[in-house]
Amino acid sequence: MAKKLEDVQTQQVTVVQTSQIKGSKKSKFNYYLKELIHHPSGFTGAIILVIVILVGIFGKMIAPYDPMAMDLGLKLLPPLSEGHILGTDQLGRDILSRIIVGTRVSLIIGGVTVIGAGIIGTVIGIISGYFRGWIDAVIMRIVDVTLSFPFILMVLVISTVLGAGLKNIIFALIIAGWVAFARIVRSEVLALREKEFIIASIATGVPRWEIIVKHILPNLFTPIIVLASLQTANYIIAEAGVSFLGFGIQPPTPAWGNMLSEGRDFIFSSWWLITFPGIAILLTTLGINLVGDWLRDVLDPEYKK
Amino acid sequence: MLGYILKRGVQTLIVLFITVVLVFFIIRLTGDPTYLYMPDDATDEMVEEFRKQMGFDRPMYMQFGNFLKDVVTGDFGESIMYRQDALSMVLAKLPATFQLAFGALFIAIMVAIPIGVISAYKQNTIFDRIGTGFTIVGQAIPGFWLGLLLILLFSVTIKLFPSGGGGSVLHLILPAVTLAAHSAARFARFTRSTMLDVLRKDYIRTVKSTGAPMYSILYKYALKNTLIPLITIAALDLGVLLGGAVIIEFVFSWPGLGQLLLNAMMGRDFPVVIAGVFFIALSVSVINFFADILYGLVNPQVRLK
Repeated sequence: MAKKLEDVQTQQVTVVQTSQIKGSKKSKFNYYLKELIHHPSGFTGAIILVIVILVGIFGKMIAPYDPMAMDLGLKLLPPLSEGHILGTDQLGRDILSRIIVGTRVSLIIGGVTVIGAGIIGTVIGIISGYFRGWIDAVIMRIVDVTLSFPFILMVLVISTVLGAGLKNIIFALIIAGWVAFARIVRSEVLALREKEFIIASIATGVPRWEIIVKHILPNLFTPIIVLASLQTANYIIAEAGVSFLGFGIQPPTPAWGNMLSEGRDFIFSSWWLITFPGIAILLTTLGINLVGDWLRDVLDPEYKK
Repeated sequence: MLGYILKRGVQTLIVLFITVVLVFFIIRLTGDPTYLYMPDDATDEMVEEFRKQMGFDRPMYMQFGNFLKDVVTGDFGESIMYRQDALSMVLAKLPATFQLAFGALFIAIMVAIPIGVISAYKQNTIFDRIGTGFTIVGQAIPGFWLGLLLILLFSVTIKLFPSGGGGSVLHLILPAVTLAAHSAARFARFTRSTMLDVLRKDYIRTVKSTGAPMYSILYKYALKNTLIPLITIAALDLGVLLGGAVIIEFVFSWPGLGQLLLNAMMGRDFPVVIAGVFFIALSVSVINFFADILYGLVNPQVRLK
């Protein structure tokens, strides 16, 4: 039954292959832009996401203070005091600046992980779905086990074995994350393989790699994009959680998760330490999820019903 | 039915076996696992002796054989930090974690059903918008941050609930609510879409035409058909809850398995980590097994597949 339910979930990101949009790239872009403006929640998400990405790109340049500069004379200042809009932390560092600089860490982790997990998952999913047989059976059992295992626990265990740090946390997230892509890509490939145009290609002797690259891969694009957007938010939350527990990005490097971890010790006296980094995480994941939901609506007419 | 139970039982055993393989692989990610078991200040002779004693100098297949035997006989070794049997330490903490997970599951279902039903019945009204807003935020919010906020609100500001610890129902409420949030949002979304489907069915129209009161249509005819799929995804979510409990227990100092596991991870106490991870994996597999049997009982179509 677990299978059956997951199939239902898979269908949510399954896409009808025929694209109704024809014409040049520019009119396609205009079409999506129009769709976005008429989709209130997607539009809100897109605006949030654009702001977050801009903050991530410019980082230090727009931070009012040096995020690492300590001033114990100005520690634990409440928001809106002495030029510190969001206050200062236990070492007198400016919280707004630390949140701004921490944005890049979260976006890098979300982005690199989703690319890594997406590519690995897609390749393995295609192998599994196209060649089937024993290799498919083995891969799918591994996927089932990894998926039934709590994601955050898996990431924690791998981070413990590998040690803390940016590279290791990304590695841990990829090891735990590729399976989600593999299973959806596989089910798409299984369905595609039965389509007439693929059967015709096989019958006319088109080489295997060409079928995969030219005919299968382009049709996987939409489900992968939709899944990727939603997974990115999960990776960012997972990294924040792991850093919060002390296994991810280590202080003094500012990351939203370790800011929350440090602020937790001052929860009884200084509410702002744990409030603002959390809002940053929430806004980012909210933006990504809203855009992801919109993408699903616009790319997957089946689901919209 | 018996055949179906047998088939699912065998599948569960395979899943558990692959879990053993995965954990075996993960603790060897950095090469020699000897160092995971040794304190940092261990001398070379100590390391060498331990490696011999544990058999880490033997060929891989023999190491795996030993590992498998230990797991099957429940021999996970002694905790490095506490010099106690790792398995009994884990078992002692299991009830508290189950309390938390089941408490959260109960809250999630109780919150999700009314929200989902009202959102579906009053589709596209203000109620639906509020309900959908709740599900969107609930899915984007990091659980551990929600926990910190609840502490800030209910323990620091209005001093209604204790901020941490265990032992009474009062202690359970905040962590259970925190843990429930994400699942509640998912369940509500699921209930809404399932209810929308059911409400469009012919038999509902027939009941409506008899002039039956609305609450009876919703409760007697529509909700009952929504409950079965809801309960199955709820059962499957228990695994996610057990994983999420690791962080939430840390936030609220809840004396459960998650707290034990985290301390073990921080102290690199690997016998306890491995025993704990196995017990969570085992619990998830057993829960999924029963969820499937339950689903098979109420939905005979599944058994035939």
